[in-house]
Amino acid sequence: MSTKKLNLKDKYRLLTRDLDWDFSYEDRKDAFPFEEFEGIKITDWDKWEDPFRLTMDAYWKYQAEKEKKLYAIYDAFSQNNGHLNVTDARYVNAIKIFLTAVSPGELAAHSGFAFTGRHMGGIGARIAAQMQSLDELRHIQTQIHAMSHYNKFFDGFDEFSHMHDRVWYISVVKSFFDDARSAGPFEFMVAIGFSFEYVLTNLLFVPFMSGAAYNGDMATVTFGFSAQSDEARHMTLGLEIIKFLLEQHEDNVPIVQKWIDKWLWRGYRILTVVAMMMDYMLPQKVMSWKEAWELYFEQAGGALFKDLERYGIKMPDYTDLIKAEKEHLSHQAWWTFYTNSQATAFHTWIPSNQELDWLSEKYPETFDKYYRPRWEMAKEMADKGERYYNEGLPQLCQTCQIPMIYTDVQNDPRDIVYRSTKYQGERFHFCSDQCQHIFENEPEKYVHSWLPVHQIFQGNCGGPGGLEKVMDYYKLDVGKANMDYVGSPDEERWKTWKGVA
Amino acid sequence: MSKVLIAFQDNDEARYIVQAIEEDNPEATVYFEPAMIRIENEGSLTINKATVEERMGCEWEVQSIHVNLLTLTGHIDEDDDYFTVHWDN
Amino acid sequence: MTIEIKTAKMDTIRNTFGHIARRFGDKPATRYQEATYDIAAQTNFHYKPLWDQDHELNDPSRTAITMEDWYALKDPRQFYYGTYVQNRARMQENAESNFGFFDKRDLADKLPEGMKERLIKHLIPLRHVEHTANLNNMYCTAYANYCTAVAQATLFEGMDRFGNAQYYARIGLAIDGNTGDSLAAAKEEWMNNPIWQGLRAYCEKTLTIDDWFETFIAQNIVLDTLVDNLYFEQYDAWLTENNAGDILMLTEFMRERSRESQRWSDSLLKTVINENRQNADQVKSWISTWRIRAQSALEPLANDLLSDDALAEAYSALATRLKKIGLAD
Repeated sequence: MSTKKLNLKDKYRLLTRDLDWDFSYEDRKDAFPFEEFEGIKITDWDKWEDPFRLTMDAYWKYQAEKEKKLYAIYDAFSQNNGHLNVTDARYVNAIKIFLTAVSPGELAAHSGFAFTGRHMGGIGARIAAQMQSLDELRHIQTQIHAMSHYNKFFDGFDEFSHMHDRVWYISVVKSFFDDARSAGPFEFMVAIGFSFEYVLTNLLFVPFMSGAAYNGDMATVTFGFSAQSDEARHMTLGLEIIKFLLEQHEDNVPIVQKWIDKWLWRGYRILTVVAMMMDYMLPQKVMSWKEAWELYFEQAGGALFKDLERYGIKMPDYTDLIKAEKEHLSHQAWWTFYTNSQATAFHTWIPSNQELDWLSEKYPETFDKYYRPRWEMAKEMADKGERYYNEGLPQLCQTCQIPMIYTDVQNDPRDIVYRSTKYQGERFHFCSDQCQHIFENEPEKYVHSWLPVHQIFQGNCGGPGGLEKVMDYYKLDVGKANMDYVGSPDEERWKTWKGVA
Repeated sequence: MSKVLIAFQDNDEARYIVQAIEEDNPEATVYFEPAMIRIENEGSLTINKATVEERMGCEWEVQSIHVNLLTLTGHIDEDDDYFTVHWDN
Repeated sequence: MTIEIKTAKMDTIRNTFGHIARRFGDKPATRYQEATYDIAAQTNFHYKPLWDQDHELNDPSRTAITMEDWYALKDPRQFYYGTYVQNRARMQENAESNFGFFDKRDLADKLPEGMKERLIKHLIPLRHVEHTANLNNMYCTAYANYCTAVAQATLFEGMDRFGNAQYYARIGLAIDGNTGDSLAAAKEEWMNNPIWQGLRAYCEKTLTIDDWFETFIAQNIVLDTLVDNLYFEQYDAWLTENNAGDILMLTEFMRERSRESQRWSDSLLKTVINENRQNADQVKSWISTWRIRAQSALEPLANDLLSDDALAEAYSALATRLKKIGLAD
């Protein structure tokens, strides 16, 4: 028999596409009940284009190759005390944020993709979602295994899982994933596939990881880059789902536009922390947050939106605002954490003079004018033994859950932005017009937000009894994991190891 | 035309792929950054199996690109003998 | 000359994460432990799912089964992502070489007269059954999300079953010269041949089950035990007797995988029924419902595939398995 040679496309189609069938004995809607409630109209699932045609055996093969490499490096890293090779122990605080805030988000994404991977009616999209679910499980597990070694030598890693359900700043990330997971399958795909993959992880896993490499953190760059090799698939899936929905029915266009507007903003708000990690937490700098944003978002995102124009999708109307905020974001964030680090599971510090100069150079329009004087004042106070901590509990934005730290960068960057609206007789507060709009589109959802500060006031975080009780509730090791890096046990150990005590 | 971007981990296998890209996409710009190699081009970038194999001197599966790939922007067109990212605007 | 190698003494300040230490003590933990235990969100969820306002996003009350500690349901294989994909990569390499051998030696052409048609009628449609198993295990992952020990194992099972479905399709391509005609013909059998309709109805029915643990029972315990016995015991023997033993090379992955996976599902179910009386009763009731459904679903297929006694033999294999688990009638 003459055997025809099959190309990748034909092979994938034959092996995957025809597995599903038209039901005869049950109502298909009972098996796939969540396809319609979001208002999305799918006329023909066969039009779905699989961006990557990975068969399961190829998936096992290539992913196993990645894993083999990754774990060989982990073993070498821990056998050789790789943590001693980082440029400075201050750096380790960036990956504490990573493990406590980002990694559990990977597990949430895994769970959400399992849900969509079960419930999407079209097999092509379903399988792509399932593979992503598997990848996201990979990500949290490889991240835990990378950090496992650091956890043995530094404070702030050990209660990452407990903290994820409780701590105030981590709640920002958790609410992002809870928001996506509690939505329908299509909104979830747009939220994670587009906002998280295309916008967020690209910045977190490429320039930040390159920075991790530059700072001698072999374990983190290894999992980061290895994870990012999966993200390339995920981003493409995110783009594909958007194109698919837009092509299926014109009624989908306004729904998708609304989701893009919402999720780009939700993802962008979380990036505030990544901005700070890049500008303030890498002892050796690779590129500034602003430069990274211009390259990975403005250039790449701009091309994407230009591509979506033909479907009638517009750039969100807050584009000018985020363009202006890139000059401010990292500085406002690091200041917030510096002044609240009595309640964080990582250490903060005042940038060195050399670092201040670098920031002045990278942010000529804003740094000297608005932020440098603050740091100089903070240093003066600290030198006098009056290190400043913010004693009160901040007002949080009802939507993104970030404290009110954002200023009116387009008018007067000294003015904090406050917005509020009334819903069912109660007043709700926001950090921006965008967060207010998101709330107003789905108030019945966002009134339920588990806002850490409200919960503390209501006595739900360790009961009444002040901040001490809250720290117990967080399992935050006071005096070890929190406050200044200078004088911390982390610093003491580092100096001993390095022989500079 | 919008710029497409593709980035690889900086390792031996990726260097052959990058060489092949440079050969087949003479207009592309290659940036070497800490631990990674980033390539940008107007409109599109194509990786041809034949060119990579010629460079490596051995067989190379296009799908094994995933092992070293870091990120990309643009639409993807992939088959047995090539991998392309492109913008149509 | 002596070279003195100075190594800094590294005292660890702790050996593992807090939640792992609370379970196993503060000692170096295995990668399976750190990758699995207590990593899923438990509390303080922000929003109720729009698609299920009565539950939290991660919610153990989506099943009638109760567990003091869901993480008791550990995977005896200790599969986390890394060990799972590396294990399957080895198995797929073997499968690849089997398919290569089958192709290179033109073994498809050496099959006895009429055997290809029989394979199309009896074997290739299993890919649709595997597709159902994929969806059912994904269902478990989606709703057992509060316990990663369970959610990851069912995810691995689900992806395995998708892999199986693709291997069955490849058997089709191996005997039809890569035209895909055998797949179209096999689907026709699946859709219209009366011998498959009972099983197809059973599959469709499992996809509408609400309680994810019932899904687990209907799929991984009842149906899989019966179908595995019919195919990997009885049909294998029949193929060998009828000079088509070469096909066993192509189903080796599925056979080996199934044996391995049973160790996990046996252990899981055993722990569930030993947890409390209500669990045992609930599981028994589900099993009795689904084994009755499976009887009528599989009868026409088993009779046509093998003989009128075949299904009884499969049921005795199911009874043996259940007895081993501790679920004797």
